[in-house]
Amino acid sequence: MDIFNNLFPGLYDWINALLHDWFKGAMPADVESVLVSAIMALIVAISAILFMVLMVLIMIWLERKNAARIQDRVGPNRVGPYGLLQPIADTIKMLIKEDIVPTNADKLVHLLAPLVAMAPAVLALAVVPFGKGMTPVDLNIGLLFMIAVGSIGVVGIFMAGYGSNNKYSLLGGMRGVAQVVSYEVPQVLTVVTVILLSGSMSLVKIVDAQGGWFGLQWNILALPVGLIAFVIFYICALAEVNRSPFDLIEGESEIVAGFFTEYSGMKWGLFYLAEYFNFFIVCMFGATLFLGGWQGPILPGWLWLIIKTYALVWLGMWIRMTLPRFRVDQLMKFAWKVLVPVALANLLLTSILIGVYNGIGF
Amino acid sequence: MTADQFLTNVVFFLLAAVALVGAIFAVTLKNLVRSALGLILSFMAVAGIYFVLEAEFIAIVQVLIYVGAISILILFAIMLTRALMSGAESSNNSQWIGAAAIAALLFGALGAIVLGTNWHAAQNALKGDLIVKLGTELVTTYVLPFEAVSLLLLAALIGAFVIARE
Amino acid sequence: MLDRYGLVGIFAVMALIFPVIPLLMAWVVRPKKPNKTKSTTYECGLAFEDFPEQAQNVWVQFRVQYYIFALLFVVFDIEVVFLYPWAVAYDSLGLFALVEMVAFLGILILALAYAWRKGLLEWV
Repeated sequence: MDIFNNLFPGLYDWINALLHDWFKGAMPADVESVLVSAIMALIVAISAILFMVLMVLIMIWLERKNAARIQDRVGPNRVGPYGLLQPIADTIKMLIKEDIVPTNADKLVHLLAPLVAMAPAVLALAVVPFGKGMTPVDLNIGLLFMIAVGSIGVVGIFMAGYGSNNKYSLLGGMRGVAQVVSYEVPQVLTVVTVILLSGSMSLVKIVDAQGGWFGLQWNILALPVGLIAFVIFYICALAEVNRSPFDLIEGESEIVAGFFTEYSGMKWGLFYLAEYFNFFIVCMFGATLFLGGWQGPILPGWLWLIIKTYALVWLGMWIRMTLPRFRVDQLMKFAWKVLVPVALANLLLTSILIGVYNGIGF
Repeated sequence: MTADQFLTNVVFFLLAAVALVGAIFAVTLKNLVRSALGLILSFMAVAGIYFVLEAEFIAIVQVLIYVGAISILILFAIMLTRALMSGAESSNNSQWIGAAAIAALLFGALGAIVLGTNWHAAQNALKGDLIVKLGTELVTTYVLPFEAVSLLLLAALIGAFVIARE
Repeated sequence: MLDRYGLVGIFAVMALIFPVIPLLMAWVVRPKKPNKTKSTTYECGLAFEDFPEQAQNVWVQFRVQYYIFALLFVVFDIEVVFLYPWAVAYDSLGLFALVEMVAFLGILILALAYAWRKGLLEWV
């Protein structure tokens, strides 16, 4: 299994050495090292993005098949075997749709909004530990990086709501911002529990700290606090990416399609893509923080991360198909009157338990 | 200058330019929401500059607090005011002379401080996990300011609530 | 410095470039046939131009609740920024760190309790 584990780091080293060989002597040593590391960074970034695109295409197919099964339908089965090429057909459809911009819209903001919604999802990939030795950048504050970068997306939602110059868009956008902002509070509070358990904010160290018991010493198993923290985190994650039952901002029964109302063609497609990107990333984040990341027995690390992430993604699909939508007042009440107090209590409990544990001196 | 340092400088000046452009948008644009978006651009560029300075914690806090939170507060405040949203209101009024004078004074004072300070950043660079050091300092050396922060936040919150309810 | 933050920078640049690519592709292949009705503001099957002046103005004044929740969010976000370094250093600190954090959190729980009692957490 070592071959599979070292597959990607090995590939990286091989290309790195190859590039160094190529450029050696052609230019001063410092220019050469900068050039090679820039090319390597570009390769890492592009492969991370391609990986995500592949994952998201699979996820869209999975979601449609899953929804069909739960609703006792067959789902897409015409394009390719088992309808596997359906997401690609969807993409082509989106590409050849006309882009309709309302005359009254703030055209620049309308255009920039999907870009602002999409960009943070790509930026967040920079700190994900995809596998053993497969972290693009191991920042000291990797965890905070993910949270902070994730919070930029809110601006995109607001811009879409404002830029469309449509009542439904504006209402959806404002609601969306209020919702995301409210659910970010319990999320950031509950993540402190993980920091306390692992003693670091570096995602690599957090994963390493869960490596005991043959790679099964996951934070979620640090009962009871880990489980509570995970549940809060997952609920907030669903709310942050605006998935059912938290999809009020596009609640078609009341505000048409929320901030999507005036979007069509590929701009709409970008929002759709950003939603799936964000959902996948937040599940990957959850798997890293609570389910041991790439740690696990027998199988190679990166495969473990994919399996765990898809498990969380599938859970989200199940919840989406099962639960009805929240009402907006219930939504806010749930965040501030249930999740925040529970997260605070859980945080205090964790610090006391760790204090007792350290005090006794195991 | 090595290639590494050269590139760092280039990135710094690019980010500084973006920050300035964002700031100019924020001040000059007629549409208030667009001004706020310009301000957000400026915040992002400043976060990038912190990254260039290798102050990753400050950089990320800049993104989390300013881009993620303060900007939302500003945008919501704009949405609350009816007169401003119609777009008819001019961003200039009769007090601009006073405002310009104060801004010039502040700029002068900041400039004097920046030029007058003896910067010695590189002489004693910290080693080890800086976040641990920061956390330790917060609850030992700077415990009083630390607790004062929470009181300040409480006071700000209650004050804002009282104003908002009227 | 470049090997660490350079990568973040490259990711940031890619984050700006990547979403533009599908937009450009769509721009090349998509039809462009705008007409007046098509590009009016969507209004549930009604013609937006027929609306009275008053109803055409999208900029409604939003309720103060939005601002209050944003404010609460800012306060908790700032608090969390202090919590994170504390949590990282917690293992090496003693009981006093716990006590100080309880005091710090306590004051903010007070703020939350105040908002709760005054009915500021009610959406409607």
